Amino acid sequence: MDAQTPTNPGPRPYRPDFLREVEREVEGGDMVKMCMQCGVCAGSCPFGPHWEHSPQKLFMMIRAGQRDAVLATDSMWMCTSCYNCVVRCPRKLPITTIMHGLASYAQRLGLAPKMQPTRDLSLAFYRNFRKGGRLNEVKFTLWVYFHDGLRAGVKKAWAMRGIGLGMLKAGRLNPFEMFGGHRCKDTKGIAAMLAKVQQIEQREQARKEEARQGTAH
Amino acid sequence: MAKKEYAFYPGCSSQYRASAANYLVSTNAMCKTLDIQLTEIPDWNCCGASISYTGASELTRHVLNARNIALAEKHMPGRDVVATCAACWLNARESKEKLDVDRDFLANANEALKEAGLQYQGKAGVKHMVEVLIEDFGYEQLGAPVVKPLEGLKFAGYVGCQTNRPFGIAGESFENPVYLDKLVQTVGGEAIEAYDQKVTCCGGALAFSEPDKSQKQIRDIVESAYDHGADMIVTPCPLCQTNVEVYQAEINRKQGTRLAMPVTYYSQLMTVAYGGTLEEAGLDGHVIQPTKLQALAQKKP
Repeated sequence: MDAQTPTNPGPRPYRPDFLREVEREVEGGDMVKMCMQCGVCAGSCPFGPHWEHSPQKLFMMIRAGQRDAVLATDSMWMCTSCYNCVVRCPRKLPITTIMHGLASYAQRLGLAPKMQPTRDLSLAFYRNFRKGGRLNEVKFTLWVYFHDGLRAGVKKAWAMRGIGLGMLKAGRLNPFEMFGGHRCKDTKGIAAMLAKVQQIEQREQARKEEARQGTAH
Repeated sequence: MAKKEYAFYPGCSSQYRASAANYLVSTNAMCKTLDIQLTEIPDWNCCGASISYTGASELTRHVLNARNIALAEKHMPGRDVVATCAACWLNARESKEKLDVDRDFLANANEALKEAGLQYQGKAGVKHMVEVLIEDFGYEQLGAPVVKPLEGLKFAGYVGCQTNRPFGIAGESFENPVYLDKLVQTVGGEAIEAYDQKVTCCGGALAFSEPDKSQKQIRDIVESAYDHGADMIVTPCPLCQTNVEVYQAEINRKQGTRLAMPVTYYSQLMTVAYGGTLEEAGLDGHVIQPTKLQALAQKKP
């Protein structure tokens, strides 16, 4: 039998345990089952037309076990964190949290789409403030312009020069932020704290895994 | 002694010479008039904003926010934390709600905080500056120091997302919050109550990564202000302010529009109405000049 017929697009297109996996691994995932498929979230999103799969659809796909399709889509990266869907949801799903959670889980598994601009921005933002404790806006803006090459960056920066100069003149952009700039004093303490977070997360993950094995037997 | 004292969390954008420096300047002037003492939380860190989710885990984000609250509890016991930035407030408050109800999560957070010599106790409240103004003072008290009413100026009150959702200001509706209009009226300005883009998303951090999609949002926000005859937009959010102000030139360049709608902060309106100078109101910090408000600030009361 041909495994690649249109009705059976992949080796394992449906994974019936995917909802359980989302409930266990994804922030806010335990609320996915509450969705009643009304579609208010899809209709309330400012970037609605740009989602490959709306949150409503994603929730159904999770329940249907479409693991590969859910974790490989770039839909979650369309979320602007405006919380419009959250306050309108009749079942009070924390949709923004779930979208962030799905995106972060896909990233953790290495399944997130490469070169997705918001994924890259999101990672760059965290990298930017993790060590110094505070965001360095100048370095972050330069990353935005130059991360896909010097040539493209110069072009983008030239097109945006009016904005940069305007901000500079308004006293809202400090070029010297390139050299140090705003940061916390206790960067050592912050680093130790974040290292501990990682340790705790590994411990918790092991505990979860153990519990799962326990119920499986 | 000051009338009210708070532990102040300015956040990354509202630092000296950062993108919302004029929000900080005008907040300080406004608070001076109202006798509000803001003491900066020593060594506060970034809240993670909303955009760090891909790299920063759930526990990471909550621990970062817990550190700020723990610092406030340690150095300024008994005082509430006050943020001016929508995202700083949202994240700090979200963390507080999580830590205050989930004991296992709190234990983990405190285990991590211990590495920085801190402990989250959950005693300090977390407030937005607008909540301080409305709940701890009230419109009547806020109107009392007005010496220069903003007469004849029309404002489109752009509330945006995160000051409004998911928490919002108590008693306000998510679809049509009116506190910003009321603040405008309190300082003698004309609020355009029919402004229909008051809770539209500006794209947030995605203004960087999805410029075209975000600029469509921004164009709607600005054009509606024009359609309603606004002299300027006023907002409580530093990212809304920056996005809506600075990308107008970009929209003009790409789409042939001629948008030049000034975008101000409520704290600037209040500072001018309280008799503050142009500099005290941070009105020298704009890319699109709010000329009418600047002129009023320079006029003798």
